[in-house]
Amino acid sequence: MDMKNSSPRRTFFTQASAGVALLALAPGVRLVDLALARAQDEPASAAQRWGLLVDVDRCVSGCDACVSACNTEHGLGDSERPQTDAQWIRKVDLVDHNTGRQLSLPLMCQHCEEPPCVDVCPTGASFRRADGIVLVDKHTCIGCRYCMMACPYKARSFIHEDLTGQKTHAPRGKGAVESCTLCVHRVDRDESPACVEACTDAGREALVFGDINDRNDPLATQLAETTTRELRADLKLNTAVRYRGL
Amino acid sequence: MMKSAYFQSVSSSRGYWLISAIAGVITLAGLIGAEHMESAGHWVTGMSNQVVWGVPHVFAIFLIVAASGALNTASIASVFARDDYKPLARLSALLAIALLSGGLAVLVLDLGRPDRLIVAMTHYNFKSIFAWNIFLYIGFMFIVGIYLWMMFEPRMNRFTARVGTAAFIWRLVLTTGTGSIFGFLVAREAFDSAVMAPLFIVMSLSFGTALTLLIGMLIFWINGATMDPALAQKLRRLLGFFVIGVAYLVAVDHLTKLYVTGHHQLEQFILVDGGIYTLLFWGVQILLGTVVPAILLLLPRFCQRGYLIAAALLVVVGALTQVYVLIIGGQVFPLELFPGYSVTSTFYDGVIADYTPSLAELALGMGGMGLAVLVTLIGVRILPFVPVQMTGKNQD
Ligand code: SF4
Ligand code: SF4
Repeated sequence: MDMKNSSPRRTFFTQASAGVALLALAPGVRLVDLALARAQDEPASAAQRWGLLVDVDRCVSGCDACVSACNTEHGLGDSERPQTDAQWIRKVDLVDHNTGRQLSLPLMCQHCEEPPCVDVCPTGASFRRADGIVLVDKHTCIGCRYCMMACPYKARSFIHEDLTGQKTHAPRGKGAVESCTLCVHRVDRDESPACVEACTDAGREALVFGDINDRNDPLATQLAETTTRELRADLKLNTAVRYRGL
Repeated sequence: MMKSAYFQSVSSSRGYWLISAIAGVITLAGLIGAEHMESAGHWVTGMSNQVVWGVPHVFAIFLIVAASGALNTASIASVFARDDYKPLARLSALLAIALLSGGLAVLVLDLGRPDRLIVAMTHYNFKSIFAWNIFLYIGFMFIVGIYLWMMFEPRMNRFTARVGTAAFIWRLVLTTGTGSIFGFLVAREAFDSAVMAPLFIVMSLSFGTALTLLIGMLIFWINGATMDPALAQKLRRLLGFFVIGVAYLVAVDHLTKLYVTGHHQLEQFILVDGGIYTLLFWGVQILLGTVVPAILLLLPRFCQRGYLIAAALLVVVGALTQVYVLIIGGQVFPLELFPGYSVTSTFYDGVIADYTPSLAELALGMGGMGLAVLVTLIGVRILPFVPVQMTGKNQD
């Protein structure tokens, strides 16, 4: 599957509102927005930048709904060798050295705007789509693992053995490197990532997905209104995943 | 008299076939190890998602760094016009090619998909220092090949100095490029060091000279001769200075990390309480690989050949350990993502990672060494690499 040419569009939120607006007979206004939205066969557009907000105050220790959802969605299995098993998203528990405050949060590929993994990849297998999603082209990855050395978040996994039970939308294979795709196959169908959906279903709503570039998007609004943090902000990678409450 | 008259190829002998057989078996074991790793997957190694580069990288980087340093003797002869080093010039250029072949073979066979080598050759990301290194390595082989031709062909001898200079510059760039592979790992404290590039250059001089001495002596022994004692003494002193040079830059590296970049916890780990890594650093890299050989190489009373061989062997052991501590030690130490917090997760955040090399990967790494010796042995058998005046027999 060539992900470079697949076709994400706007969030269902924007489209839904556009649909409502059309029904409300305000076509003159909404058509402008619709013209900006991309059709199924259009390539990923730099007009968008998909991102994720993690609300650490809402996330709880012991809950791993997002992790299970990701594993199910992408067919990540358990080989009973945890050191070599792939983990696209993981739960990290933190204790503040000074105050003893306990936090829990999910950690995954941060979809950096300046991704070190892409810079170092010798073949160009690691790439960043125009809409900001960082992916690995499984056909050109030679398994050198330089990207894993370069990623500051330890977000990538190398496939150490033959795999079974793969999903057609998530091609994976022994000897290549992979990481969170931000559920690109779902995003391209106007759905939100599996982890976000699972978190909402679990009643936590600690994950917000959306388009950072769209001022009307709930994600962009929240990013504008509250203080959020990038992990390893000192590296100036401008990550698409932000944390609130850290 | 034509210069080529001073050289001969190594003749068939029991010693030749014995050493070839040993090198062949080691190489074969390496291939079997690699095959096992590729067919089963990397879980049969000690590598994991925490330690992604293991022992094969240690050997590969050691060999690649040593390759450029092995050219040293040839450079001194032709670039700095020192005729006394000329007898070893051809052999040192051959060694450079052989060591690089061994290192690259290990690097390629350790890939997750070595079958996609053609992809690596046809898809380049020019932002990647790794991709640039592929060019640097291929170019190095090519330029050293031409250099050898200039040395072999009497009519071309007059170009030797010029091509030698080009090869000399190329090898400096190559070593810098290899060192820069680590320089680009911004997030990993172990590699965050301004002295990485000069350190790699001095390491190459030291590793390469030690291997030139050892493999050179081995080839002479096979040929029923000994290395010219005067030349051996020169290389001995040179190696002594290179060992001190590496030690100096290692000290600067750790002091920089302690007092400039402030990577205290990492330094505490490597230097004080890192268990096996601390032991390897002080016991093997510093004591056995630096202090002892420096004494053996620089004090006049240890000038006998036995001491020289022992010192060169210790330098090689220290060198492999140094690369091990750098690469593996640098990975087992956890990334710091949340300063001020203690961290736990299912993905080994915040803990020192486990790494124990498996037999398969050790075999692959050693196989690279075996291949380097094998390539050298084949080279000296078919072309006149070995100086005649250094051999006991065949003197004319
Ligand atoms: S988090 Fe890591 S894998 Fe993801 S884009 Fe950044 S560097 Fe690449
Ligand atoms: S492992 Fe694959 S994606 Fe990562 S740097 Fe190597 S070729 Fe690129």
